[in-house]
Amino acid sequence: MEENKYEGLNLPNYNIPEDIQNVVSVTTIDRLYNWGRRWSVWPLMFGLACCAIEMIAAQTARYDMARFGMEVMRPTPRQADMMLVSGTVTKKMLPSIIRLYNQMPEPKYVVAMGACASSGGPFKEGYNVVAGIDKFLPVDVYIPGCPPTPQALIAGMMKLQEKIDKQSIKKVRWYEKGKVDSNYVPMPILGPDLIDVRRAEEIEAAAVKKEGA
Amino acid sequence: MYGKGILKGLGVTLKRFADTYLDDISWWMQGKKRYFTTEGVAHRSSKNTRGIFTVQYPEEQLIQPEEFRFVPFLVHDGDDKKDVRCTSCGICAKVCPPQCIWIVRTNDPNTGKPVPQPAEFYIDMDVCMNCGFCAEYCPFDAIKMDHDFAIASYGRNVYNLDKLLKPASYYAEIRPLNYQKEEDARKAKEAAKAAKANAAATPAA
Amino acid sequence: MTAPASTTTIDLVSRFPEFVTADTRPGFSGFIVKKENLVEVATALRDEFNFDLLSSVTGVDYIADNKMEVVYHLHRTTGGPGIVFKTQVDRVDPMEVPSLIDVWAGADFQEREAWDLLGIKFTGHPDLRRILLWEGYEGHPLRKDYQEAFFEEETKPFKSRWPEGHHTYAEFKNPFRDNIKLPENFKLDNYQPENEDQLYFSLEKSSMKHTSENQMGTDHMVVNMGPHHPSTHGVLRVAVELNGETITSLKPVMGYLHRNHDKIGERNTYLQIMPFTDRLDYFNSMANNFGYAVTVEKLMNIPVAERAEYIRVIMAELSRIQNHLIFIGMLINDLGSMYTPSLYAFEERELILDIFEAVSGARMMCNYFRFGGVVRDIPADAMQKIKDLVHDRLPAKTDEMERFLNENEVLVGRLKGVHVLNAEEAIRNSVTGPVLRAAGVPYDLRRADPYSVYDRFDFDVAVRYNGDMYDNYLIRFDEIRQSLRILEQALKQIPEGPINSQKPQYQVRVPAGEAYGRVESPKGELAFYVVSNGKPNPYRYHVRAPSFVNLTAVETMCKGTKIADFVALLAMLDIVMGEVDR
Repeated sequence: MEENKYEGLNLPNYNIPEDIQNVVSVTTIDRLYNWGRRWSVWPLMFGLACCAIEMIAAQTARYDMARFGMEVMRPTPRQADMMLVSGTVTKKMLPSIIRLYNQMPEPKYVVAMGACASSGGPFKEGYNVVAGIDKFLPVDVYIPGCPPTPQALIAGMMKLQEKIDKQSIKKVRWYEKGKVDSNYVPMPILGPDLIDVRRAEEIEAAAVKKEGA
Repeated sequence: MYGKGILKGLGVTLKRFADTYLDDISWWMQGKKRYFTTEGVAHRSSKNTRGIFTVQYPEEQLIQPEEFRFVPFLVHDGDDKKDVRCTSCGICAKVCPPQCIWIVRTNDPNTGKPVPQPAEFYIDMDVCMNCGFCAEYCPFDAIKMDHDFAIASYGRNVYNLDKLLKPASYYAEIRPLNYQKEEDARKAKEAAKAAKANAAATPAA
Repeated sequence: MTAPASTTTIDLVSRFPEFVTADTRPGFSGFIVKKENLVEVATALRDEFNFDLLSSVTGVDYIADNKMEVVYHLHRTTGGPGIVFKTQVDRVDPMEVPSLIDVWAGADFQEREAWDLLGIKFTGHPDLRRILLWEGYEGHPLRKDYQEAFFEEETKPFKSRWPEGHHTYAEFKNPFRDNIKLPENFKLDNYQPENEDQLYFSLEKSSMKHTSENQMGTDHMVVNMGPHHPSTHGVLRVAVELNGETITSLKPVMGYLHRNHDKIGERNTYLQIMPFTDRLDYFNSMANNFGYAVTVEKLMNIPVAERAEYIRVIMAELSRIQNHLIFIGMLINDLGSMYTPSLYAFEERELILDIFEAVSGARMMCNYFRFGGVVRDIPADAMQKIKDLVHDRLPAKTDEMERFLNENEVLVGRLKGVHVLNAEEAIRNSVTGPVLRAAGVPYDLRRADPYSVYDRFDFDVAVRYNGDMYDNYLIRFDEIRQSLRILEQALKQIPEGPINSQKPQYQVRVPAGEAYGRVESPKGELAFYVVSNGKPNPYRYHVRAPSFVNLTAVETMCKGTKIADFVALLAMLDIVMGEVDR
């Protein structure tokens, strides 16, 4: 395909032949677009638990996430690019998180910071803990650690930048027709326990099975 | 005078601002590099740090103390991953507070008796709370806490034996003091054993 | 060990011979009061015996005896050991116990918690709603017959991990493949989730209306702040009823970070709880370790190595300094001046955390204390760094911080004269810590009921008397100074020697009994109530978190003030959600 011939151009560190190195510079729309996005990932100002303190520490002088263009913590989801789920997601908190996520405009990324956000962590067995935010939201980067040190967090953010680098404007979901709301997550219900409405049928079936048993 | 307090405060800020450049100049006069050197980072983490405080990860990195712990790894001796120190005694799995260590013990196919080697070893890094109990209570120095923190990934992290194993030389590199201490203890123990075997008649020291 | 036992010589039995008996179970202490006469006995304890501070209210489910027990711990703000009394009720719903909210207002949230998690109904409580979980939640999780969705075994270690530990996710063992447990025959179609009418009704009930005949009637407005809010220190939600800009009524709504410490703690072994305590007040893991270690050592009745005592004190005081520095930095953030002071505060904190990292291995979640001592000795370079910081840097930086902020006109204008709490209100609401001391009550556990080796140091209890926000702010500086004083002495006195009186062991033997150990955490009185039945896992593990109990006073504090001051007033309590919700 004609298209594939130029695909290498989108990848970082595309090699320009030495003899013309100072004469031309090669770029593509994708690279420009991604360059702009990778250096201005604005996180949602949103802390849940212990990890949030390390997130704040990463914003302060010693680690200075501003060097990555990630210091602009937006208190409103409408101006944020990235949701940093920093801490234990509890069942009681989950509806608020989902509401915030749904309000974020595309392109949006979710980073699960720490063990709790990734899978429930040490509190996984608890009755009020959601076993990982990826049960509800599409997570882009998982950062292990309890809590990840600020440096580990920055390493994770760099991983996110790498992911952004590899995206192509032609393929991203937010420019695809009819896919605008593909990431809308319906609100879970706080009933006798947390109920994921997307799995309503399954839950009913399981409840009936119990009845039979 | 109204506003004096604010001015006083601004003075503090100004001093902090100026300190950065004063230090820059004094380092430059001494012919030392302040940035991107271990010496510079060490100074910025000492009591004398003033002015700029940033350690520009990833170009420069904080000096990790020996005891720093992130996630656990398994130690193997030698170059290939066969000579595993772990005997699958299960103490780490028992002491683990979030119970994220899973071990399958090897059984001898002929006798059915357990062999001191793990057949499978899993640590769910997304549950691990980095408490360090496994390394603390391991009687064989087989499981240790890693210094490598840049392990973010695009998926869930369940580490198997292959991913967990790291050579003893790596361990010696990140924790030289502990490694030396353990080696000395082991050698002393072996020497004592040998002495005991050689002179079975005399009581061991 | 120097910590005195928490029993006293007060003879409650001869005072109330008809309905008070001594608790004679082995390892237990205190008195058992008939529930019908609970209020009478409590009032006598408060008025005749001067136990003015209700430290903790909690419940224990003795399922084998078919009893539910409510445990009350009382102390005097003048110091000295406390008293514990209990009341028992048959384990048949409804388990009704009279509420003590009229005797001590501080019982409010703690009784609600006991209702939420154990299902003990406190009759006479004006607002008995669920507090950590939501209305409509099925079951009371701390009851011994409650099993959560990911329940695997009664106690850790789980047998499935070794020797046949084939890895599997907990999800695969649950019929819903998720951490969900639904009642039998649950149908989603006809299910109506509970709304929050009760919350708003309770606001209405406690609000004061300012309507008079010659003024135009105005509607009160309800504003929900949080749980996603930049300045409520985490995921706290507060429902506020406003008349214009004046707060007429206010109810905190919590549980958004309820991580089930108590329930998980009952399954853990004694040692396994240690790293979980780190995550309570995540600013001060050292202080939390301290409290838990003191409690279990009391239960085990073991001594602590001399050097370890000093190391503990050094770590706890360093922790206090960084906590107060962050408090000051974040307070200014809350007042609307973004960043600069908090950046300066975080700088010092980073240097202190470097020490924690060198000593324990982790910056925040230290997990450094063991029963009988600590994990390892302070390395030589870390010791040098502690000395450098304590002798040179921190005093100078504290001065700099004071020079930076103390006279700032905007700050003074916002803080001075805004009333927080007076002594009487604070004690009635069981408020402890700097807030109580800023109201003029010199109640500091390091002096009032000394634990560890605090009785060997020469320091003053920081007290201020105005009880306004500015005093609350200044007292943090006073405490930093006193902590530095303690540190200087501790560094001079620290003896050489072993750092643990016990052999390192991962399974400790704890005799049956109960223990209530408390320490002065930077936020207030942090206490642990542990009941042992001689098994490797505690029977009951309860955290009396200072942030949670202090929050009881937030309504008293904020009623009648302007909404703009609310965030600053909340900052005064220095709450941490990890501790509030546990």
